[in-house]
Amino acid sequence: MSQGRPRFSRAAILEGARSSLPVQVAVVPFGLVCGVAAQAQGLSLAEATLMSGLVYAGSAQLLALSHWSSPAPVLAAGLASFVVNLRLALMGPVLGPWLDRLRGWRLWASLFVMADQNWALSVTQMQAGRWDAGFLFGSGALMWVVWVASTAAGHVLGATMRPPAGHPLFFAALAVFVAILVVMWRGRRDFVPWLVAAAVSMLFARLLPGTSWYIVLGALAGSGTGVWRDRRREFNA
Amino acid sequence: MTLDPWVLAAIAAMAFATFVTRAGGYLLFRTFSPPPLMRAMLGYIPGTLFVSYVAPALATGGLQQWVGALVTAAVMLATRNLALAILGGTAAAGVVWAAG
Repeated sequence: MSQGRPRFSRAAILEGARSSLPVQVAVVPFGLVCGVAAQAQGLSLAEATLMSGLVYAGSAQLLALSHWSSPAPVLAAGLASFVVNLRLALMGPVLGPWLDRLRGWRLWASLFVMADQNWALSVTQMQAGRWDAGFLFGSGALMWVVWVASTAAGHVLGATMRPPAGHPLFFAALAVFVAILVVMWRGRRDFVPWLVAAAVSMLFARLLPGTSWYIVLGALAGSGTGVWRDRRREFNA
Repeated sequence: MTLDPWVLAAIAAMAFATFVTRAGGYLLFRTFSPPPLMRAMLGYIPGTLFVSYVAPALATGGLQQWVGALVTAAVMLATRNLALAILGGTAAAGVVWAAG
């Protein structure tokens, strides 16, 4: 059915980059903060840039940098990154219909640039019946560039550029997800799963702070509730 | 332009761990074709994952976050334009911040 459709077209790559522009702007303040944090922990510009380029995961980098030491905490930083990024393991399979059609570098590069924001945009594209995984790669590749550049800028500019903690610029990151949720709402059947996800995530955000377990557990509890309810309805019907 | 070997090792560990989460979940699904129950859950993951992101942030946030989130959602509902929604919500959060 999908065989004849483009898998990884230049047009979709460019469209991914273009339609992710508003999201890219919201990435910049976090890149700056991450660069400032790296500089404050004594990382050189080369090290900070290398970290952003190879790790490319803002919350994991910020967490690792807030617990930095000398010599650098190899095991702790690796473990923290794994736990904070566990949600990415849930995200990949959702894009299976796109990723299954990719091979070689296109698959690995698409997985490497998959982050919260461009994943969410890609899911809404997929739900709208689009087939081309180039969208994921194009939006992610541009976000990688923006991320690396803004962390480097944060390192160079240092504390002079640091917005204070409560600054509304940081709200932009949350606004991205609120806006995307509006698109993801599929009607009444989402109500109970979303409610369960909200309750469970709020509980575990208190119990296990500084990890992404609360996101993983909230998503699993909400999704599990939805599937369980759908099954029960089918059974009763 | 210094490169400390311990820092490089930590960066390598972080990069490896992160890529394992990015590729690992997908590859596990692709290799072991999970039961239909787990497949059915994938349809609910996107929404519930971002709810789990947003809900704790709002629960611990103040007026700035609440007003910002409401304006973001309202603009998105009205226009379906991501840029306008982010801009409007952040501007509203800024107004509350400046007033507070």
